[in-house]
Amino acid sequence: MKDGVNGVALGVFIFFFLAVTVMGFLAARWRKAENDASLDEWGLGGRSFGTWVTWFLLGGDLYTAYTFVAVPAAIYAAGAAGFFAVPYTILVYPLIFTFLPRLWSVSHKHGYVTTSDFVRGRFGSKGLSLAVAVTGILATMPYIALQLVGIQAVLDVMGVGGGENTHWFIKDLPLLIAFAVLAAYTYSSGLRAPALIAFVKDGLIYLVIAVAIIYIPIKLGGFDDIFAKAGEAFSQTNPATGKPRGALAPGEAGQWGYATLALGSALALFMYPHSITATLSSRSRNVIRRNTTILPLYSLMLGLLALLGFMAIAAGIKVDNGQLAIPQLFENMFPDWFAGVAFAAIGIGALVPAAIMSIAAANLFTRNIYKDFLKPDATPEQETKVSKLVSLLVKVGALAFVLTMDKTVAINFQLLGGIWILQTMPALVGGLFTRWFHRWALLAGWAVGMAYGTVAAYGVASPTQAHFGGSSKEIPGIGEIGYIGLTAFVLNVVVTVVLTFVLNAVKAPVGIDETSPADYTADAGDPGVRAELPPATAGAPGGGH
Amino acid sequence: MPADPEGKPPTVTPVRVVIALCLIAPFVAMLWVSSYAKVDPTFIGIPFFYWYQMLWVLISTALTVIAYKLWQRDQRARKGGASA
Repeated sequence: MKDGVNGVALGVFIFFFLAVTVMGFLAARWRKAENDASLDEWGLGGRSFGTWVTWFLLGGDLYTAYTFVAVPAAIYAAGAAGFFAVPYTILVYPLIFTFLPRLWSVSHKHGYVTTSDFVRGRFGSKGLSLAVAVTGILATMPYIALQLVGIQAVLDVMGVGGGENTHWFIKDLPLLIAFAVLAAYTYSSGLRAPALIAFVKDGLIYLVIAVAIIYIPIKLGGFDDIFAKAGEAFSQTNPATGKPRGALAPGEAGQWGYATLALGSALALFMYPHSITATLSSRSRNVIRRNTTILPLYSLMLGLLALLGFMAIAAGIKVDNGQLAIPQLFENMFPDWFAGVAFAAIGIGALVPAAIMSIAAANLFTRNIYKDFLKPDATPEQETKVSKLVSLLVKVGALAFVLTMDKTVAINFQLLGGIWILQTMPALVGGLFTRWFHRWALLAGWAVGMAYGTVAAYGVASPTQAHFGGSSKEIPGIGEIGYIGLTAFVLNVVVTVVLTFVLNAVKAPVGIDETSPADYTADAGDPGVRAELPPATAGAPGGGH
Repeated sequence: MPADPEGKPPTVTPVRVVIALCLIAPFVAMLWVSSYAKVDPTFIGIPFFYWYQMLWVLISTALTVIAYKLWQRDQRARKGGASA
């Protein structure tokens, strides 16, 4: 990255980038329905995707720059602690298996497009629905920011990111261009663009991973050598903290943190608006369950990619910004042209989820803030227009995170989002199984969880940052270091349960539940279940007027 | 196990208990960090900590497949109705 532009790699990268961009614009014609002005059409791709497309889509947003840049970077920096991402993704599938089919059924029965739609319908509470919507949009921004950081890391290593002393505008120009391309094709093609590009992306990624995990270890003398060198590097004392840099297996002190990060991240993942979008766009509830049996393929990839962090150490990569470790490893190890392919895989692997995430956040805004509060009589055309605009705004918000926050520990972006999104879980998952929780108690629990989580995260300092420097802190009452998101979530549940007892005892109005128990198990083909929503229903099919 | 007072098949059946166990097992295995936080034995040079967790990706996949197949059978039996 210091020795100028890598021309060949850059050329290959640009070639793939252009190819994907063209695909993105053409995607609008793929499996097109009659009415593309409806929000369902733009935002859910018409809800007609089968197992394999859904698999690509879910994989597209579950495995992102987080997987390719942030996790290996965490391993590079601290060793074992960064590997929590593997148990995290293992735990995700049983959760999806249990919860999401019920959400699919009730959503297709009542025409819900977002989690907020469901919460409003279930609890008859616009306030709670608003809380869920705002949280979803807020939590998505740092997650998108993480994707942009991934793209930036690749650009830096190729030598087009500019050095430390270049003007900030020149430095960020390539990133801004990549960002503009992403925004433009998402705007014009909606969910179809990322779904189609996901095929290219996954093909590239599998190729790069296969080559990386076979070729690099052989070049470095096998895993024995790699881990011996890494172990040696981790036992060196870090001058900043006075402790060893990391370890090959977590010590006693790190185990609570490891487990709570894994569990908290797993619970958070499928609460994100974009995971829900991908789920709802599948053809039947069975597709979702079948998917949980093939999605773990991605987890294996994640584990193998994480090991690249060790390989970077063994290869003697020294970077100040840990996010650059893997791209730099690729550049050192691969011939230039294949480094270009690898960079394209990482770059596109960040663009696809960024597009899906911004669409999901935009759907949330349009359905649950714009229509519920600002303009109840909006036409489907107006809804789609607002969604498209908001998908741009969300990306600008993410860009603000990238340009202002410390990027050396990118995994923190995602963990910060997780702290927030976890607080919507009692309302959503609780609501999927029971109507016992009181809507006001859920709202109070959410507020407490959000407040605690934000304040606690704000108070964590790191060597490079005074606030939001990390996502783990001592758990009150237990005394071990754990993920703030999970602590806040437990607090949230406690408040919700206690207040529900109180509110039910004083007979506070519980609100109208427009769903019935049978709605949660309905499948495609059952009476009243919409396989594909008719165009006009983009205007509130199930909600009140 | 609570028996349903009405004629419907009971909510908790042995098959469903097995499904639940398949889905819960990964949580127990993965959250019990001290059971696998060690370097030895290594496998092709990879410390235990890492290969054990990657092995669990495969185990949990197998468990999810089992849960899925059992669930499908359970649902078909219920839709078929008559015999519980």
